[in-house]
Amino acid sequence: MKYIDEFRDGELARRLASAIAREARPERSYNLMEFCGGHTHAISRYGLKDLLPANVNMIHGPGCPVCVLPVGRIDNAIALAARPGLILCTYADTMRVPASKGTSLLKAKARGADIRMIYSSADAIRIAQENPDRDVVFFAIGFETTTPPTAVAITQAMALGLANFSVFCNHVLTPAAISNILESKDVRALGTVPLDGFIGPAHVSTVIGSQPYEYFAEEYQRPVVIAGFEPLDVMQAILMLVRQLNDGRAEVENEFTRAVTRDGNAKAKALVAEVFELRRSFEWRGLGEVPYSALRIKEKYGDFDAEARYGITYRSVPDNKACECGAILRGVKKPTDCKVFGTVCTPENPIGSCMVSSEGACAAHYAYGRFKDVAMVAGTPAPATAPFA
Amino acid sequence: MCLAIPACVVDLPEPGVALVDVGGVRKRISLALVDDVACGDFVIVHVGYALTKLDAGEARRTLQTFAEAGLAGPEAV
Amino acid sequence: MSAVRSGYVRPVDFKHGHVDMTHGGGGRAMAQLIDELFVRAFDNEWLRQANDQAAFRVGAGRMVMATDSHVVSPLFFPGGDIGCLCVHGTINDVAMSGATPLYLAAGFILEEGFPLADLKRIVESMAAAARDAHVPVITGDTKVVEKGKGDGVFITTTGVGVIPAGIDISGDRARPGDRILVSGTMGDHGVAIMSLRENLTFDTTIRSDTAALHDLVAAMIAAVPGIHCLRDPTRGGLATTLNELAHQSGCGMVIGEKHIPVNGQVQAACEFLGLDPLYVANEGKLVAICAAEDADRLLAAMRGHPLGKDAAIIGDVIPDSHQFVQMDTSFGGRRVVDWLTGEQLPRIC
Repeated sequence: MKYIDEFRDGELARRLASAIAREARPERSYNLMEFCGGHTHAISRYGLKDLLPANVNMIHGPGCPVCVLPVGRIDNAIALAARPGLILCTYADTMRVPASKGTSLLKAKARGADIRMIYSSADAIRIAQENPDRDVVFFAIGFETTTPPTAVAITQAMALGLANFSVFCNHVLTPAAISNILESKDVRALGTVPLDGFIGPAHVSTVIGSQPYEYFAEEYQRPVVIAGFEPLDVMQAILMLVRQLNDGRAEVENEFTRAVTRDGNAKAKALVAEVFELRRSFEWRGLGEVPYSALRIKEKYGDFDAEARYGITYRSVPDNKACECGAILRGVKKPTDCKVFGTVCTPENPIGSCMVSSEGACAAHYAYGRFKDVAMVAGTPAPATAPFA
Repeated sequence: MCLAIPACVVDLPEPGVALVDVGGVRKRISLALVDDVACGDFVIVHVGYALTKLDAGEARRTLQTFAEAGLAGPEAV
Repeated sequence: MSAVRSGYVRPVDFKHGHVDMTHGGGGRAMAQLIDELFVRAFDNEWLRQANDQAAFRVGAGRMVMATDSHVVSPLFFPGGDIGCLCVHGTINDVAMSGATPLYLAAGFILEEGFPLADLKRIVESMAAAARDAHVPVITGDTKVVEKGKGDGVFITTTGVGVIPAGIDISGDRARPGDRILVSGTMGDHGVAIMSLRENLTFDTTIRSDTAALHDLVAAMIAAVPGIHCLRDPTRGGLATTLNELAHQSGCGMVIGEKHIPVNGQVQAACEFLGLDPLYVANEGKLVAICAAEDADRLLAAMRGHPLGKDAAIIGDVIPDSHQFVQMDTSFGGRRVVDWLTGEQLPRIC
């Protein structure tokens, strides 16, 4: 697969790993947060930690829109699906998220709700066209990458006069989340969480461009390197962050130049601005209320706003007291710091958001990394020798 | 967070729609968010939409950077 | 004046007819369906006897029995359908013990309203699969449920076979030092099915790999009678099967990602949908574990058979009280290949 396989080449990985090992100064640590769930996934899936020196630490951030979706909003979606005759269209990612009272969209489907997993917002439009006498609601989630496709669907619905179609909008914004992390007292005031730099999201940045991150680099004096999703992209971005930190620079650099420009996708941004506006505040699971961090549908397109049409009221549902997701999402704690990790809270029975999606920090660690937490039986071959040794 | 892959545009069957190919697998996607796409271009595809064109020159340059990383870097001490 | 041919019975309308409650009622309508469809398609001496059971002789040796219920949707897919899938699936379950499959039984639960044309297509596909495998369907049953209580058709197949003397293949026989082999490309069936589901269609056809593996197994046993484990990685894919075997045998495993054969198109489809081929179902492949000194000979035997031409050695069994299955990624790092959580669903994130 072109532009995919070349960016997964093991030989180039070894070269980048030696470069990082050579340039990472042994007297300090480099604590880098990869904001985006896709990067968390790449790091886990390719075992990138094995290729990094011990003083380069990757901290998993909250960039997983499924993980940060509050329980109360899933409850709302389930309630919509329970309405007689209504078809709820959703990306498959949300199906297993546990909601209140131990239910989920998957369980609601099993009980007879008409919930359909779709690949694209275009499918939701098609389902609405094919079922003119039934209400169709599209459960829209995602960061800035996924928002333009929802905007397209809404404008199409308006052009088609698709009166039975509406959107339950849960789109959230990346810069607001990054601010929230950097503003948290652990990071800003107390300095208890060493957070030296960020790997910026790949595909969010194709839409919003690299420009929005310049504020963070400047205000918080921390470097940001936007990286593609392939493992070589992540390694290169880590190398670029190490160099910036060594140089004492705090700039926005773009590793993903093949898809990201400073201004991003003007057409997509304009369409989003046409259809959506900022909510004053929105609850993020694990982070609490975050101001100006989410979008709602503008009044002009109010006919397609499921919240207006169905009078949806949001009720906040607190997470389990033992759940450490909030701290984990902000990089303050690690999955293994959580008392219920791997015991009560597992991918089969997730308690909190970090375990829910396969990209959540806890789920990724559980699936890919927990074997390193346990002492191996004597005689077991050691993990692949790091190339820089 | 956002699963998206580079795909080659192999056909433009109707306005606003492209047939793309990834490793021999073909799918129809929307071009509503991108202008001036021609056959042979590569686009980044997310949930059935092209988000941007992929810059082949930049891709080459990026791979070159990886290859050079193993040689002495600018900060080598 | 009209003349009615004596002895005329209107045949079952397989073109336009539908299953109705009389087909399960035990009366004439059911007998006619059985006769005109099942007996005619499966075409063997046992069914022609029209008893409620089938009698057969067995030779000496340990007998093996296996059963599967099939609820696949969609019923028809590139490379096969629920019919041949049933036959292959049960033959394979029997064959994974090293046994020669001998006979099959098939039970059908039909939903009222199911088109007879589709039923005929499925039954004929089963019959062809059974014929090609030389494993006849010798007895069966049919019931009909009310509309809304079934997914069109559910089929349960049971198979019996006999294990030749001297063969002891079981999931708990893997030992540290053993080598792990697969018979071919991983993920074909699951991707073929998923890509047919509403809203996930590709313009490219990816075919299921459904196949009966007993002949391949016979060739493997002839080359290496001392094989330790055999299993076909169906639901949950290779990853789940390896975890099962590791757990049963109380060992760990280390596999190499670059050794695992995956069809390029299957890989690409997985990239589109965010799936991992290691967790995707296969219906015509097997995993084998044998002593290290037998591995090359076993591999040669597999590659010499049409159903094993892409066979590969993918890893080793190691001592590990935690029974982890680990994988050296093609990139150079190592990670755990864990049990599957629920069903693998496509993702946008």
